Amino acid sequence: MAHWQTKRLEDALPKLVVAPAFVLGFAFIYGFMLWNGVLSMTASRMLPNYDEFVGLEQYRRLFEMDRWWVALKNLGIFSVLYVGGSLLLGLCLAILLDQRVRAEGALRTIYLYPMALSFIVTGTAWKWILNPSLGLERLMHDLGWQSFHFDWLVQSDTAIYCVVMAGIWQSAGFAMALFLAGLRGIDDSIIKAAQIDGASLPRIYWRILLPILRPVVFSTVLVLSHLSIKSFDLVMALTAGGPGFSTDVPATFMYVMSFTRGQIGLGAASATMMLATVAALVVPYLYSELRVKPHEF
Amino acid sequence: MNSKVLARLALYSTLLVAALFFLAPLYVMLATSFKDAEQIRSGNLLSLPASLNFEAWALAWSSACTGVDCRGLQPYFWNSVSMAVPAVLISTAWGAVNGYVLSMWKFRGSELLFGLLLFGVFMPFQVVLLPMSQVLGYLGLASSIGGLVLVHCLAGMAGTTLFFRNYYSAIPKELVNAARIDGAGFWRIFVRIVFPMSTPILMVTLIWQFTNIWNDFLFGVAFSGADSKPMTVGLNNMVNTSSSVKSYNVDMAAAVIAGLPTIVVYILAGQYFIKGLTAGAVKG
Repeated sequence: MAHWQTKRLEDALPKLVVAPAFVLGFAFIYGFMLWNGVLSMTASRMLPNYDEFVGLEQYRRLFEMDRWWVALKNLGIFSVLYVGGSLLLGLCLAILLDQRVRAEGALRTIYLYPMALSFIVTGTAWKWILNPSLGLERLMHDLGWQSFHFDWLVQSDTAIYCVVMAGIWQSAGFAMALFLAGLRGIDDSIIKAAQIDGASLPRIYWRILLPILRPVVFSTVLVLSHLSIKSFDLVMALTAGGPGFSTDVPATFMYVMSFTRGQIGLGAASATMMLATVAALVVPYLYSELRVKPHEF
Repeated sequence: MNSKVLARLALYSTLLVAALFFLAPLYVMLATSFKDAEQIRSGNLLSLPASLNFEAWALAWSSACTGVDCRGLQPYFWNSVSMAVPAVLISTAWGAVNGYVLSMWKFRGSELLFGLLLFGVFMPFQVVLLPMSQVLGYLGLASSIGGLVLVHCLAGMAGTTLFFRNYYSAIPKELVNAARIDGAGFWRIFVRIVFPMSTPILMVTLIWQFTNIWNDFLFGVAFSGADSKPMTVGLNNMVNTSSSVKSYNVDMAAAVIAGLPTIVVYILAGQYFIKGLTAGAVKG
C-alpha cells in the first residue's frame, strides 16, 4: 500500500470505528421512531398492515377512549406525587446525612439499595405488604389498632396511590444520592461565613444551599419525571393495571393494546404520545447541556 | 449543651426510622419466605418465622408452577444469565470504543451526532417495541435470547458511549498527542494508553449495564418466547398466576432470588453503582 493510502486509512479509521454506532443507533432511535409513527397512521390490528393509511384516525380514537384518559390521569397523579415525594424525602435524608453523622456510608447504602432492585421484585414485595387482609391491616390489628382498615390496593380509586408509595420507596434514595453529591460539592467557606453572620442552620440550608442546588434539583426532577412517564414494570407487578383498568398508565396501555388486544395502530399512537411527552421534557435540557459546556465532563 | 445532645438524638432517631422504612420490605420478604402456610395465616408481616425453613426457596427455585410449567425459576434464571452476560460485555465494549473516538478523535460534526445519540438515553422504549419486533422477525431472532441480546446492545449503547466519552474527555490531551507524535496509531493508543486507565469507568459501566439488563422487564415481556423468558418475566408470571392457593412464602422466596444478583453486586461494588446513577443524571 502506498504511503498516502495508509495515511488516508489512518484518518478515516476513527470514523469507520464509530460508524456502526451512529448507523445502528440512529436506525434504532430515529428510524424506529419514524416507523412507529407510520404504524400509528395505519389501521393495523393483530399484525402490522401498511396498506391502509388512515391518517390521524388512531389518534382520534385514542383520545375518545375512556381507558386512555384514565391512563393519562393516573400518569398525572403518579408523576406529581412520585417526583414530589421522592424529591422531598431524598432532600430531607441528604440534609440529615450531611450533618457529619456516624455510619453515613452504611445509612447511604441502606437508603439506596432499592434502586438496585428490579421494579418487578419491588412490586411483588409491596403487593404482599399491601395485601388487603394479611398485609398491613393484619399487622395493625396485631399491634392493637383494631379498627384499622386498609384495602387501597384492590379499590379502583385508591390503587394508584399504592403504586406511588412503592415508587417513592424505590427512588427516594436516588434523589438523596444526587442531593448529597450536590451538597458535598458546595464550598465549606460559604457555610462558615453564614454561620459567622449568625444564620441558623435551617436558614442556611433554605436560603443559601438550596438555591445553589437548583441545577441538581432540576436534573433530579427531569430524570424522575421521565422515569415516571416510562414507568411500566412497577404497575405490571403491583396491580397489572387493575382493578379493571383503573391503574393503567400510558406504558401499560401501549403494551396491552399492542401485544394482547391486537390494536397495533392504537398502541403505536399511544407510544408516539409518550415520546412527545418525554421529548418535550428532555430535548430543551439536552440542548442547553450540549450548548453550554460541550467539551467538559 | 443539653439541647445539642437532644438535637443529635433527634437526628439519629430520624435517620434510623428512615433506615427501618427502607429495610422493612426486605425483612418482610425474607421473613415470609421462611414461613410455612400456617405461620403466614396466623402471624403478621413482622412476626419472626419459627425456623429457617428453606422449603419455599427450594420450591421457588426448582418446582413452583407457572400455569402448567412446574420448573420453578431455574430456567428463567439461566435465560437471564445467558442474555445478560453477552449483552453487558458487548454493549460495554461498544461504548468504550465509541467513547474513545468521540473524545479523542473528534471530527467535524461528531459532537452534533453524539448529541443526537444522547436522546437514546432518555427515549421511551415503547416507541421501538413494534418496529423492533418486526425487525427481530425478519432477522429470524424473534422470541430468542439472541434477539434480546441485540435489543439490549442497541438500547444500552447510547448510555455506555456517554459514560466512556465523558470519562475519556477528562484524560489530558497531551498524553495522546505525545503518543501520536511517537507514531502510535489509533488502536495502539487505545490498547496501550487509554484502556489501561479505564478501570473505574469500566466497573461503573459493567455494573450499570448488568443492573439494567438483569432488571429489564419491558423488552423481556415483549420479545421473549416460551423458552427465552428472563427472570423478571418468570417472576411476574409466577406471582400473578391465578391458582386456588396463593403461596406467599414461595412468591417472596422467588422475589428474593430474582433480586439477589443485583443486590450482591450492589453490596460488593456499591460505589460504582452510585457513580453510574449520578453520572447518568447530573450530566446528560
